Amino acid sequence: MAEALIHLAATLAGIAFLLALYRFFRGPSAADRVIAFDVLTIVAITGIVLVAFVEGRGIYLDVALIYALLSFLGVIAVARYLERGL
Amino acid sequence: MAHPLDLLGGLLLVAGAAFLLFGGLGLVRMPDVFNRIQAGTKATTLGTLLSLAGMACLRPEWGLKLLLIGLFILFTNPISSQVLARAAHRTGAEKTVKTSVDRLAEDTGEAP
Amino acid sequence: MAKAREIALLFATLFLFWGMLNGSLAQDVLGVGLVAALVIAVLFRDGLAVLSEFRATPRAFFAAARYLPYFLKELVKSNLALAAIVLAPDLPVNPGIVKVRTRLKSRMGRLLLANSITLTPGTLTVELDGEWLYIHWVTVESTDIEAATASIVAGFERYLEVMYG
Repeated sequence: MAEALIHLAATLAGIAFLLALYRFFRGPSAADRVIAFDVLTIVAITGIVLVAFVEGRGIYLDVALIYALLSFLGVIAVARYLERGL
Repeated sequence: MAHPLDLLGGLLLVAGAAFLLFGGLGLVRMPDVFNRIQAGTKATTLGTLLSLAGMACLRPEWGLKLLLIGLFILFTNPISSQVLARAAHRTGAEKTVKTSVDRLAEDTGEAP
Repeated sequence: MAKAREIALLFATLFLFWGMLNGSLAQDVLGVGLVAALVIAVLFRDGLAVLSEFRATPRAFFAAARYLPYFLKELVKSNLALAAIVLAPDLPVNPGIVKVRTRLKSRMGRLLLANSITLTPGTLTVELDGEWLYIHWVTVESTDIEAATASIVAGFERYLEVMYG
């Protein structure tokens, strides 16, 4: 039962990833791509946590944490760049 | 596998993933960048928190680290979306024709 | 005296996070964390306004305890509302940017207010300018400053005012 639910969750997250990917390529503005990238990262964090469970390796959670940290800094940096660069 | 906590965890994971999906859908369907940021931030924040809570039910020994990830996302996600929305507005991002009012543009003297 | 209190608070927070990150009570792990947290707390004692501006009175703790469930309730509500909009075939949005005012004075209070607004029903903080906040609203109900403030800001301000002022 729990296994089926995890498959379902992974599928839903996968579709969310594809939708965000569409927005990432479609744009049209840079800000659109950045928010799409942000959502991709957040979805990926859930993905990493699911993989950690399936593989039974808690160390992957550290990867998820660092990933969240880098994404945050990345979005802030790009937003700053947009304000000054354009 | 029929442990009640496992079942709760699985259901929370599915609920979380469903909100991630709504976020993705909003990202595609919403008419301009501000509405997309709204859809993107809110749905993914709750979606991730629910997923993390679900995983904490499945693997209680990971609870503390999952809580740490959840707290971090709860605090940083709105900040990054605010910074992004501000950048979008300052660089004159296009707003949907449905937009009824823009007090910020009025106050900073831009064309609405 | 105030400085010692800030350092102690920062140290306790850092050490707590270190413990959560490691999930271990082994002596060497705790020892490293103890030293690292202490060094960072002394070096960056002015850096964490979330702690130093917190009033730490019984009333403030009480307000914080009531703020959290209120916030979570609003977060769930906002997501259900958003899901309903996104799933509706005709996409019923009426977006706009409105201006609201806050009574909060502290930096941290304002930041938490802006964050809370961003995560709750249909609103996103776009710009902060002193006591003024510019809010993007998916379904604008009122463009009047007072009315918009009452509907967007007041709910959170009640608690944050006691916590941070």
